[in-house]
Amino acid sequence: MKPEVILHSFGYLTQAAGVTIAVSFAGIVIGFAIGALVCMARLSRRPWVKRLGGAYVSVFRGVPLLVQLLFIYYFLAEFGLDVPAIVAAVGGLALSSAAYQAEILRGALNAVPRGQEEAAVALGFTGLQIWRRVLLPQALRISVPPLINEFILLLKASSLVSVVGIAELTRVSMNIASMTYRPLEAYVGGGLFYLAINLTLAGFGALAERRLAAGETR
Amino acid sequence: MNPDVLWRYLPSLAIGFGVTVLCWSVGGALGMALGFAIALLRRLRLPPLRWALRAYIEVFRGTPFLVQLFLLYAAGPSIGLRLSATAAGVLGLGLYSSAYFAEIFRAGFGGVPVGQIEAAKSVGMSKFATLTRVELPAALIAAVPSIVNMLIVLSKETVVLSIITVPELMYQMQTMAAETFTAFDAIFAMAVFYWILVEAVSRLGARVEARVTAYLATQGERA
Repeated sequence: MKPEVILHSFGYLTQAAGVTIAVSFAGIVIGFAIGALVCMARLSRRPWVKRLGGAYVSVFRGVPLLVQLLFIYYFLAEFGLDVPAIVAAVGGLALSSAAYQAEILRGALNAVPRGQEEAAVALGFTGLQIWRRVLLPQALRISVPPLINEFILLLKASSLVSVVGIAELTRVSMNIASMTYRPLEAYVGGGLFYLAINLTLAGFGALAERRLAAGETR
Repeated sequence: MNPDVLWRYLPSLAIGFGVTVLCWSVGGALGMALGFAIALLRRLRLPPLRWALRAYIEVFRGTPFLVQLFLLYAAGPSIGLRLSATAAGVLGLGLYSSAYFAEIFRAGFGGVPVGQIEAAKSVGMSKFATLTRVELPAALIAAVPSIVNMLIVLSKETVVLSIITVPELMYQMQTMAAETFTAFDAIFAMAVFYWILVEAVSRLGARVEARVTAYLATQGERA
């Protein structure tokens, strides 16, 4: 073990960690927006909207992320739809993560007591207001831990976007390993960056839990 | 596509699928049991225990499964832990997923309305009865979809076991691809097998969910 290899390539690794964070963050945010929509579709009273939401979850949770990425980047190009690598990477992560996030949100929404919603209706809230002011805040409070689980899984899955040519943390670690002939140091260095990012994410999760639980007296 | 090759290798693929299902189900069950125990222990007001469990979760959740598996299988013997590849694979899956399951169960318990626990206390239910008859059924409402999510993620993680020579589906598939030069067929067959697995878990999850949310049917439609 020669720790100086990690120190020498520290600059590369930091830069690559930035790419990993940027791609994952965009994937999480867009995935959450799509996931919330899919979740609303699955809870809809219209049967065809409900089925559409179910089909989305079934497809994007059932097909491996690697296949989805290759499909977006290589297969769509066959039909003249030239997707830039970064769009394919973020899009693939977001679409697949949305299916998981939709299910997490749906479970949390089912756990919000029904009386809350009836009270909101009785007070004359509109449909959108009920979602925004009553259901979502409470569902979010319940779903923070599994959402953080999902974000951490997404961050680790972001190593797959190197197949569409994005130089993220795993790819750069591989490059350093092949340049220095020191695979152990290169991967330990990359792994430490992943661990640091994941611990930060978990820390934000704990913070969010405390914030959202402020209204709760327990 | 070459159906003859697939037909010839079907027995070995089926055995591989069996090993995958076995590792996944035993590892998943172990992870759920451990995760549930951790979620319960974290509710005790013992700060050192809480910190230790928090550290356990962050380590097993924050590091890649491949690294954990390598450490268990390759570095285990140096501390006297000698496991067969399959045993190491199952134990690895269990330890890895327990960190995620612990968070899922904790979130589930967090979603139980406080009024229900107070009501159970006021009618004189014991702590254990409150846990099994009030908190657990209510916690499962929020937890079941996340548990199904995690089981699906875990089924895809079993692919990693092929690296420590567990003879599961990926391993058999690579053998077939190497012996017959049919990479595409191998990947296609693999996709079909995994699709069957994921679809089966989703269906099973939907049935469990229908069972734990059965009471909602008596409360009318969502607005």
